[in-house]
This record gives sequence, structure tokens and C-alpha cells, in this order.
Amino acid sequence: MSLVNFTTREITCKIVYYGPGRSGKTTNLQYIYGRVPEGRRGRMVSLATQSDRTLFFDFLPIDLGSISGFTTRFQLYTVPGQVYYNATRKLVLQGADGVVFVADSQARRYDDNVESLQNLQENLLAQGVDIRQLPLVYQYNKQDLPGDLILNPDELDDALNFRGVRSFGADCLHGQGVFETLKAISELVLQRLAAGSPTA
Amino acid sequence: MTPVLSPQQRFDGFIVGAGSQLAAAAARAVAESPGTAYNPLFLYARPGLGKTHLLMAIGHAARAINPALIVEYVTLDEFVEAFHTAVGAGQGEAYRRRFADADILLLDDVQFVTHRRETQAELLRLVDQMEAVGGQIVLTSDRPPADIEAFDERLLRRVAGGLVVDIAPPDYETRLAILHRKAEERGATFNPGVLEAIASLPLDSVRQLIGALNRIIAFQAAGRAPLDAEQARLVLGVRGTASDVPPPSGVPGAPGKERPPIPGEVTAAPDEFGDFLSEVADTLGRQVEGWRRRVEEAVARWEGQGYRTVRLVGLLERGVDADPAAALAGFVADIERLQALQAEVAALAEDLADDAAFRNPDAIEVAEEALVRAREGASPPPPPESIWAFDDLVESAGNRLALHSARETVAHPGSAYNPFVITGGAGVGKTHLLHGIGNLLQEAPGAVVACLNARDFTDELVEAVERDRVAPWRARYRRVSAFLLDDVQLVAGKERTQEELFLLFNHLVERGAQLVFASSVPPGAIDGFEERLASRLLGGLVVELPAPEREVRQAVIDRLLGARYGKADPELVSYLAGRPAESVRAVQALVQRIDAAAEARHVEPNVALAREVLEGAAPPAPRPAGGPRTSGVTGAGFRSPEKSVLDWPDIGERLIEEWR
Repeated sequence: MSLVNFTTREITCKIVYYGPGRSGKTTNLQYIYGRVPEGRRGRMVSLATQSDRTLFFDFLPIDLGSISGFTTRFQLYTVPGQVYYNATRKLVLQGADGVVFVADSQARRYDDNVESLQNLQENLLAQGVDIRQLPLVYQYNKQDLPGDLILNPDELDDALNFRGVRSFGADCLHGQGVFETLKAISELVLQRLAAGSPTA
Repeated sequence: MTPVLSPQQRFDGFIVGAGSQLAAAAARAVAESPGTAYNPLFLYARPGLGKTHLLMAIGHAARAINPALIVEYVTLDEFVEAFHTAVGAGQGEAYRRRFADADILLLDDVQFVTHRRETQAELLRLVDQMEAVGGQIVLTSDRPPADIEAFDERLLRRVAGGLVVDIAPPDYETRLAILHRKAEERGATFNPGVLEAIASLPLDSVRQLIGALNRIIAFQAAGRAPLDAEQARLVLGVRGTASDVPPPSGVPGAPGKERPPIPGEVTAAPDEFGDFLSEVADTLGRQVEGWRRRVEEAVARWEGQGYRTVRLVGLLERGVDADPAAALAGFVADIERLQALQAEVAALAEDLADDAAFRNPDAIEVAEEALVRAREGASPPPPPESIWAFDDLVESAGNRLALHSARETVAHPGSAYNPFVITGGAGVGKTHLLHGIGNLLQEAPGAVVACLNARDFTDELVEAVERDRVAPWRARYRRVSAFLLDDVQLVAGKERTQEELFLLFNHLVERGAQLVFASSVPPGAIDGFEERLASRLLGGLVVELPAPEREVRQAVIDRLLGARYGKADPELVSYLAGRPAESVRAVQALVQRIDAAAEARHVEPNVALAREVLEGAAPPAPRPAGGPRTSGVTGAGFRSPEKSVLDWPDIGERLIEEWR
């Protein structure tokens, strides 16, 4: 996917929400969906299992209109977090312009976070993408849970964020940190425009 | 009819925020270079965001730069109304001319053109007319051109061909800056936090914002104490405490504290998507502006150095239709290629390096052709022939002056005798001396000596003219350190050759190059030779080579026979040298005849043989008294009295004459 099409004056950003199962990726998209004016958003596609887990992926197109002469569109995707859906994750990850890694802040999910992060790195590498070169932000979701159940953002940074990318504590259910995360990844993605190295 | 530009609506009164950055930059560019930067410029935004302000600011700024500019500002409704009135009064053409003659036409609220086909046709004609004469058009609308209902397709294409920019609602910081500016203009002061409270309201129209400010000012002016932030919010109909008002940075409030909006109140719920949109627009705007600025800088830089920047200007005018980084890199690469070509050409032919082709990165192939021409032209000019060695010339009393001055010329090229002109009859050794000088001059380090016959010079010129290669041909000779032209009398009557020779002469003299000419006729006596050339040749040193004297003839014969037989018979040499000869060439012919006869008879050349060959089979008999002496073809008498030669010296001389 091309980030910038200079001929048609279009910018399309594909942002993928990645993370372990039940970390809140779909919740991110649902919250965003609820805040985007009707005329600006497309139909949110969500394929879920009977137990409401994402089976395939969620897809939310957002039309930001004409910005600086560019018709700007954001396409937000989530991947199924469950370990056995790796083929789908690889598929969704293809052509991503940026990734939001949604970690579950619960201490008991620490290993799942690490495993998912490793999986992200492996899947990107398989596609020839160096995770260090890809716009990436972390979101530590469920920060609203009782303090004794979760790790705080600093602790999660220490544990997961060894690359020092931007990270946000969040409570996606109520929207805290959702748009901050989206803004941060969008900024990183759009800044690549100036660098002249659109993601192929 | 035309509304006057509002004096308040200037650029310095327009607060530029993230959402209006591009529009303001484009408007400034248009005001500074109307008709060239972005034409037409189409600004669109929701009402109250500053379209009209920017439109009028363009008019003010353009007039400030050039007061002679005709600026017309009109809203579409007024445009239509006035047009109908003019047509009704039979003044339609005058009305059209009025707008077509404007340097800048500012047309506000063009969205009202919907379903007005006549007006659209009129507008289309006007746009075409103005663009043809370089007039600037700026249009505003509350929606993008493509969203204007029933908008003429052709008009849409014209508009899309310029620059279409939107103005996004101001973000918090911009709203606050606007409020500060307006408060300052009004001379109003507020308690801390009041303006911030107003800026925090979700009022995304500047007009609404100013309306809110006006309300606060009015309340304060009522005589009560200045309002604080809380009171200000109450005045503006916002209930609740300060903590309910979302902070400007868009940090979401604590979950679960939201309450349903009360109908009629100004809601202060955070517009997270709006904030997001604003930030994206800001980031994208900065990126786009960033490359636009880089392109503009590149235009300024390369134009300043004299290069054509049509490609980059086109990039700016068309908007983004190619990868700007790649386009810039490609342009710079082309410039570097041009510079390399130019440097190579300059080394070959300096005058060709000034060719405009080396300033146009869009036509590199032309520059490459120029290099090819320069290379062709730079092939070495014809050198002097090495067989004509100066030292082979035999000095005698008659040619001593010529040879001495020739040596001086060689010793001080360009300064001793310039030009050095050798005259003399055919075969006296002019060519030998010319080439001999050339060979000596060529020995100097770095010397480039051209030595050729005037006939060849003309032939080359004719070929250069035919192939359109005159410049490289000129360059080929203009870089020489010495130019030697034989048989210069042959350029007589050849106007173009003389013209080129004249130019070359001046160029080389100015450069201090040495010029040497040889002519069988003194320069002043050449018929058909331009006076300006003759005078230049006569301005140097003109020396005459006389017919070879006996000592010269003897030396030449001795050398020729010596070269052929190892040693020359002195008696034969003396005999041959005693024969009359007008030129060295004639002496050479004598020797060749004797040589041929000796070879035919398988004998060494000797005086007897020479006498037989040159004077006849028998020893010269006494001349019969009386009666005509014939040329030897008389036989039984002469065939025709008209063909008889009465005073023919001898057969040898006759043959020499025929040989000539």
C-alpha cells in the first residue's frame, strides 16, 4: 500500500492495532467509531466469534476530507489477538503504515504482551519490515483497573518498551488515551511524508 | 457597485493557525505575484473562518506592492445582479471588459453560482480571458468546488488547475490568539482565565468566537466588576464548574463524569475527533508546506543562478502531482549534469559555454548536442606540414630580410610582427616559409598552430554553414596560439570567408596569437579583398620573397642531386644553377628532368646529358642569320605564321614555362 499517491492527491494511512487477545484493540476502534461524525466514517466491519472475540479483523475507514490538497483517509485495522490466528495477523499487517501495540496492563497478562510483541516483530520481519523503521506507539490499556491488578505505564515501559517509543496509558472503554494514541501514530505516519519514504 | 476592500481585513489582522496556514501562505503568494503563483486560487471553508478576510487581504497587499494594480472585489450575488443590470442596459460588453481588464479579481461566495448556467458561462469566459492576459483570480466558497451543485465541468477543471485550499476551524491556540488580538483591538481587559474559558468553548467559527467575546465585553461594559472565568462561562450559557470545561490539549476527562447536554446550552463536550482532525491537518500541513518551501527555495536558488525552473514552478502550481523529493532530486541531478557538460564545453570552446542550453535542465539533450558540436569543433586545427622545415630554406641576399624577420616573429610570437605577411611570385618559397614558421611556432610548449590554405579555409566554412556548425568551427580556430594562412589572395571576392577571417583576425590579435599570411599578391593589390582586411595585413610586416638567386638555385640543386645520388656533380650543379629560373619550383623541375633522362639511359646525370635535354640533341648551333627561329616544330616549314615564335630563348625554358 502506498502512503501517498501524488498523482491522485490522496493520502491513505493504514494503521494496525496489534496486541494480545482481549487487550482492547477492538474497543479502541469502537470508541473512535463513536466519536467520528457519521459523514466521515465508513461502515465498521467487525467479524467476531460467538464469544465476541475478533475472528478475522476489524476495519474502520475514516475520511478526513481534503487536507492541504490531499484527500486523506485513515484505515484502522485490528488483528485477532488469539495465538492461533497468526495467518490473519500476517495478512492484516501487510502494508501497514503504522502500528499501535495495545498491551493489557494486567500483571497476569504480562507474558501474553511479551509474546504478542515478539510475534509482531517476527511477522514484520517476515514481510521484510524492520520494526525499528516502522511508526509504532504503545498503548497500555485497562489502566482503570485496581492498582493491585495492573502494572503502571512506567513499569510497562520498563518491561516492554525497550525501544523507547511513545506510550500512553489508556482506558479504552471510556475513551481515555484512545485519541491520544491515534494522534501520536498518525503524526509519526504523516511525518514520513516529509522524509520521502512512503511505506510500500 | 463594487464593495470597497475593508481596511480591517489585512494580512496582519489575520491570525494564522494550523488550519489556515496553507490558505494564508497561498494568499500571500498570490498577493506578491499575482497571475503567476496560483491561478486561480480557490479558498473554501465553513462560514466565519476568514475566507473573505483573506480575499480582501490579497487585494490590500497586492495594492501595497503595486498601487497601479486594478483590483476588483465582488461577491457572486453582486456580480450576477450587476451583470443582469448591465445586460438590460445594453452595457454587457462594458461590464465584461471591466472585469477582464482587472489585474486581480476577487470573487466571494461562488457557491451561489449553483444552477446559474449563464453566470457560470460568463465566469468561465472571464477566467479564460484573465488567464490569457496573466490576470489573477481568487475565488472563495463555503465548500470545495467539486461539492458545488451543478457546477460547470469546465469551470471545475479551470479551478482545479489552480490551487484549491481549505481553511479548517481554528484550534484552541488559534482561538485564544484571535481572542487576544480582538480584545487588544477593542482595548478590553479581562481577568485571568476569561479568554481561555471562551477559547475552550467548542466554537469553531471565528465569528461565533468574536460574538462570544463581544458578549463578555458588553457585560463588563455594563458597569459591573470585571467578570472572572466562571462568570464568563455563565454569561455565555455554559453551566457547571471549570473542571467540566475540557482542557485545551484535548486530554479526556475522567470517564463516567459526562452528563447529557441540556437542550439550548452551549455544550462544552470535548470534540476528540475534531482535535484529532486538527492535529492531522496541522502535521500534514507542515509536511506539505515543508516540501513546498523546499521547492520554493530551490526555485529561488537556481533562478538566481540563471537556470530555468519551469519544472519546479510547475510543481508548485499544479500542487502535488509527483513525489516532491524525487522531483527535487531529479532537478538537482539535471542541473549537475548541465554544469558538467558546461565545464567540458568551456574547456573546449569558451564561447559555446554561454549557450542558453546549459541553463535549461528540461532540455539536457540540447546541451549534450552542444558538447558534441564543441568536441567536433575542438578537433585540432590543421597543423603545418613537417616537410617544410624552416632550416631547409636557403638564405640569400634577396630573402635575408624575410628570413630574419621570420625568426624574429617566431622568437616573439604575437608581438614582434603581427601579422607577418609573406608575398612573392608563384614557387618562390612562400609556402615553405609559412609552414617553416609554423613548425617553429609549434615547438613552443602548449602551442596550438593552425596552418592551412585559404581554399581549405573557405571549404571548411562552407561545410560548417551547411551543417550548421559555424560556432564550433569558429571555436576551433579561435583557440589557436598561431594562425597561418597560405594563398590569402584566394579569399578575394568571398564575402563570408573574409567576414570570418576578419572576426578571427581581431579575436586572435586581441588574444595575442600570432598571425602569418602568405600571398602571391601584395595585400593592397588583391582585387576583391576587403579594405578592412587589407589594412590589417598591411599593418603588420609585409616581406617579399624574390625569385631565387643563383646561390639559392645552386643550393637547391646541390641538395636535390645529393639526396638522389649521394654526391652531386659540381659541374652539373653549376650548369643547372646557371639556367634561368623564376622560382625554386622551376629549379626543382630542371633537376627532375635531368634525373628522368639519366634514369632512362641508365647513366649518372652529367652536364652533357643536361645540355642535350635542356638545349637539344646537338650542341647549340649558331643562330642562323635572319629568318625566324621556331619552336622546333617547324619540320618542312611552319604551319602557320601566327603560331610561330620569333623570339623563343631555348627549348629548356619553353618546357619550364609549359610546366608552370
